[in-house]
Amino acid sequence: MTQAPLQTENASAVGEESGADLVLGAITKRFGDFVAVEDLDLTIPAGKFFALLGPSGCGKTTTLRMVAGLEQPTSGTISIGGKDISRSGAHQRPVNTVFQNYALFPHMSVLDNVSFGLRRRKVRDARAQAEAALELVELSHLAARRPAQLSGGQQQRVALARAIVNHPAVLLLDEPLGALDMKLRRQMQVELKKIQTEVGLTFVHVTHDQEEAMTMADTVAVMNAGKVEQMGAPRELYELPRTVFVANFLGKSNLVAGDIVEDRGDAVVVNANGNRLAVLKERSTVQQGKALIGIRPEKLRMMWPQDAPADAANVLHGTVLDTSFTGVSTDYLVEVPGIGTVGVFSQNHGQQLAQPGDGVVLNWDTEHAFGLDGAEDAQYGAPEVDD
Amino acid sequence: MSVQAAADKTPAPDKRRGGSERGSGELKEERRRGRMGYWLILPGFLFLLLFFVLPVFSLLATSLYAKPPGADIGQFVPALEFNNYVRMLGSYWPELLRSFGFALIATAAALAIGYPMAYLIAVRLRHHALLRGILLVLIIAPFFTSFILRTQAWKQILADEGPVVSVLRTFALLPDDGRLTATAFAVVCGLTYNFLPFMALPIYANLERLDIRLIEAGNDLYASGFTTFRTVTLPLSMPGVIAGTLLTFIPAAGDYINAALLGNNRDTTMIGQVVDSRFFRVVDYPGASALSFVLMLAILALVFIYVRRFGTKELL
Ligand SMILES: Nc1ncnc2c1ncn2[C@@H]1O[C@H](COP(=O)(O)OP(=O)(O)O)[C@@H](O)[C@H]1O
Ligand SMILES: [Mg+2]
Repeated sequence: MTQAPLQTENASAVGEESGADLVLGAITKRFGDFVAVEDLDLTIPAGKFFALLGPSGCGKTTTLRMVAGLEQPTSGTISIGGKDISRSGAHQRPVNTVFQNYALFPHMSVLDNVSFGLRRRKVRDARAQAEAALELVELSHLAARRPAQLSGGQQQRVALARAIVNHPAVLLLDEPLGALDMKLRRQMQVELKKIQTEVGLTFVHVTHDQEEAMTMADTVAVMNAGKVEQMGAPRELYELPRTVFVANFLGKSNLVAGDIVEDRGDAVVVNANGNRLAVLKERSTVQQGKALIGIRPEKLRMMWPQDAPADAANVLHGTVLDTSFTGVSTDYLVEVPGIGTVGVFSQNHGQQLAQPGDGVVLNWDTEHAFGLDGAEDAQYGAPEVDD
Repeated sequence: MSVQAAADKTPAPDKRRGGSERGSGELKEERRRGRMGYWLILPGFLFLLLFFVLPVFSLLATSLYAKPPGADIGQFVPALEFNNYVRMLGSYWPELLRSFGFALIATAAALAIGYPMAYLIAVRLRHHALLRGILLVLIIAPFFTSFILRTQAWKQILADEGPVVSVLRTFALLPDDGRLTATAFAVVCGLTYNFLPFMALPIYANLERLDIRLIEAGNDLYASGFTTFRTVTLPLSMPGVIAGTLLTFIPAAGDYINAALLGNNRDTTMIGQVVDSRFFRVVDYPGASALSFVLMLAILALVFIYVRRFGTKELL
């Protein structure tokens, strides 16, 4: 797909700041007594696909609105490329938003919607650039239509084109795929990522869908109750969560509580109800006292008791409670006395499957475990049971 | 391939269904409801036929009646006396023009006052339910007192010793012997005041449904507050503006109370007053009817041109 016209010299005053980091410094937003965003520090590197991931109501939209200038922070600063924009109006910021419900102008054609921002900035070949942007989202044939005459997916693309065409330093997307059905959603995820790579803009993508954030973003910030819990590359967050919330919200985790009883130099050993579980020090946020040992379900090896390793560390004896065969893998729920239920994903290698009631042994490599603060509730951030 | 485990948390599949297959029962039901609609408009239709369409024809007929030689006062016979129109237009064209002039100025003034009022209540105070309710009641409250009384009150407000005149004189905006009562200014003030709610309420009803996010989208796309208003809010509220201006202009053009109470006998006479005096004082029924008919046609023509020009076909 060609989209050279989008890169013309007409990027103008606003577009120049493309390639500048967005920095939020100690941003707080209160609505009356309610703290929606609390002391938020965030640096979003230029040109990256950044995802702000968190459950509904955690302050994602509020954060975006403050960046866009549609909401004033109670305190803190927002800057782009070192320039403080906290005090400038929404219409003066080099930032554009793809709104949650698109907010397309119903009285204008698709083309007029897309060229709106360019015309406000008196860009000379606004029409040509708008047409190029429509081509980028493959909607050129609908340029003359009104938004009401488009499907949800098409409206979504118009909203995207309307924002991208301005070459903002930062493009804000507030759950842009939230209103689309599953299939279209997956398709748009791929497309959005492709478009981001093509135009090279900084995308800040807000979502509550952890899979969406992980598949699309270069960097994910997991947000909870107005704060960023952890930030990093998707793989980093998944492999080494630093809080219980992240461990539970991003994929599934088995968290086993215990006390640190031994220091082995590069690792510590936790006693969990008589079971000795090791975790590397660099993979643990605590070095002494109470700890939660986390292990992802797919990292667990399940074996018959007679095959259990002689080595006593990282071994749990249990009974299969429930199995669900999905073809590619089997999900097991294993009851471990004194510890609770542990989830296991076992890939289908053609092995014999365990049945409910079977006694099994679980084992894993020490370098896959992670250690979290034992004072936290092990269920925090996990989806509701009936989810 | 550890990350794949995360795929487990996919959102629940969409449960919405396409509504393509519809039973024939549903279609029948729809048709029945369509017919029901016709029955429901019947009373309104009959009412209009009886109290609007028939009187209009009666008016047209009366406007062409002739006065036979030697007839008593108020005695006319059916005829096709087109001269009635010539006679009336020849004598009263200044009053007709003045009526439209006054109505136009009053409509413009009501729009200038009513739109910001409606905007304030519907958009700015959208999340202040209490304040919004109070202001809406204030707009409607004048309807609870008599139209005549309220117009009479303007006489006091604009009186020679009243507050408005003394303030204007202080700032030399009015000569020391200048006055406001019994002037065209007073009549236009009365018209503006009396028809203001008819302007503000339709605009309010329209702006109340305006999606605030569209204003935010405008701001987000480099439009200042005023530009957003000009390019987004105002075009979207045009149906309300058109309804409001029509509801103000039409009755204002035919009004006679304001001119009678707040005007003088020289240069503020409106066509409604002329119709009134032809009918009740001179007892010239054909003349009064002809003038009424001309007024009606003129308003219809103006409204037609106006709606054609600013009409709602471009809007949702
Ligand atoms: N204008 C407002 N007034 C009061 N509370 C608000 C307002 N906007 C948002 N909130 C509250 O702030 C919290 C965060 O909201 P939001 O940023 O929209 O969350 P998210 O987008 O992550 O779902 C919510 O609890 C919400 O109720
Ligand atoms: Mg939100």
